[in-house]
Amino acid sequence: MSEQEPNTEPKGALGRFLAASPDSPGKTIIVAVVLCLFCSMVVATAAVNLRPIQEANKLKDKQVNILQVAGKYEPGVDIAEAFAAFEPRIVELESGTFTDEFDAASFDDRAAASDPALSISLSDDPAGIGRQTKYATVYLLNDDAGNLDKVILPIYGYGLWSTLYGFIALEENGNDIFGLQFYEHAETPGLGAEVDNPRWKAMWNGKKLRDESGELQITVAKGTGHEDHHIDALAGATLTSVGVDNLVRFWMGEAGFAPFLESLKEGEL
Amino acid sequence: MAQTRKELLVDPLVDNNPITLQVLGICSALAVTSSLQVALVMTLAVTFVTAFASFFISILRNQIPNSIRIIVQMVIIASLVILVDQVLKAYAFQVSKTLSVFVGLIITNCIVMGRAEAFAMKNPPVASFIDGIGNGLGYGLILILVGIIRELFGSGSLLGFTILPTVNNGGWYVPNGMLLLPPSAFFIIGLLIWGFRTWKPAQVEEREYKIQSAEAH
Repeated sequence: MSEQEPNTEPKGALGRFLAASPDSPGKTIIVAVVLCLFCSMVVATAAVNLRPIQEANKLKDKQVNILQVAGKYEPGVDIAEAFAAFEPRIVELESGTFTDEFDAASFDDRAAASDPALSISLSDDPAGIGRQTKYATVYLLNDDAGNLDKVILPIYGYGLWSTLYGFIALEENGNDIFGLQFYEHAETPGLGAEVDNPRWKAMWNGKKLRDESGELQITVAKGTGHEDHHIDALAGATLTSVGVDNLVRFWMGEAGFAPFLESLKEGEL
Repeated sequence: MAQTRKELLVDPLVDNNPITLQVLGICSALAVTSSLQVALVMTLAVTFVTAFASFFISILRNQIPNSIRIIVQMVIIASLVILVDQVLKAYAFQVSKTLSVFVGLIITNCIVMGRAEAFAMKNPPVASFIDGIGNGLGYGLILILVGIIRELFGSGSLLGFTILPTVNNGGWYVPNGMLLLPPSAFFIIGLLIWGFRTWKPAQVEEREYKIQSAEAH
């Protein structure tokens, strides 16, 4: 590399510094420190300033998904206004009752799932989630007359590559499925990611979680099965389908929302 | 300067394409080409990062100590990538959801650092900037070609619009599942390289060795 010859003597401390050979140890350290400080400031400024917009995006995305799973979403609808019809409540999973210990609007289920005080480590873990939160945010949707219309429950579990996060919407009896939707996953596009295919999601509508004896019957499996409880697995995505089967059965089972759905059915809430 | 600005911009598209001739940036070309939309966003992100990384590194080129130049380049590239990632999360949330970790992985894209080390360290800022744009677009050109092939024949759609109605959705087209998996991009890129070199034989590398003819006994 041919260095430019300075025409005049470098002036001032900065001029001398810039003209000095970049390979001296002192300059090496100074360049490294100044560059790191500068870059970290740029990155930190961007992260801090953009955070409110990012948080708003995340919240809106979650609300859109809740609206969609409840069948209340139309393009162009005012999300915040439509979402106001949903009442978020915190459920203590073990007892199946509502708790007002936390603020439902700001409770973070995902943070709770990794908080030792708010979650338990699972030994029997079919959904592949490691730790399970003791509290979960559910969303209640009332009809115009003020009666409970639908209840939306958060569910998640491991598929093939990733944890799938989603919602399941149940009718007021806590047994009939209205819809199921995942809002975050990284399954293979075209295969496992077909969990987002509207035709596949439509199969959940009208299915029942339990049979008359109260036994959990809902299943995702290949081929045909009982028309009330069977959802056909995704073609070419066996492991994602097994994951969805496991996670739905886990969250609808005794370790999940079963106590809550029981009290819902009894009308105790 | 040996190359005009136009050459700096156009050369990397075909004649000196970073993927097909230099065979750089293959890993991300496998990962982000399963749909055209993702390929387009990735093209923009990589072009932006390559151009500005080259630009800033070129400005600093006479001050960067030789012993830590790679780390200095990485710091600049990484900062730009984080910036892109943050902006996407704020203003293009759906796209950033589909790209997920791949935006962050631009840091490890060999093209960005390759241009910084090979060009920007030795050339003035404006030329480096144009060289960065050219190489980003050259990378993007291949990404878009591969993305079109993979999305069209793998999912029967382009940019999410159905072109070939698939059997899953009640149509007639049985999609080729392999095209949705990363290895298929290997085959497509291989075929593209073959096509490019048939079109422009100057790109064919000379053999490094010749098989010796067997000696007569």
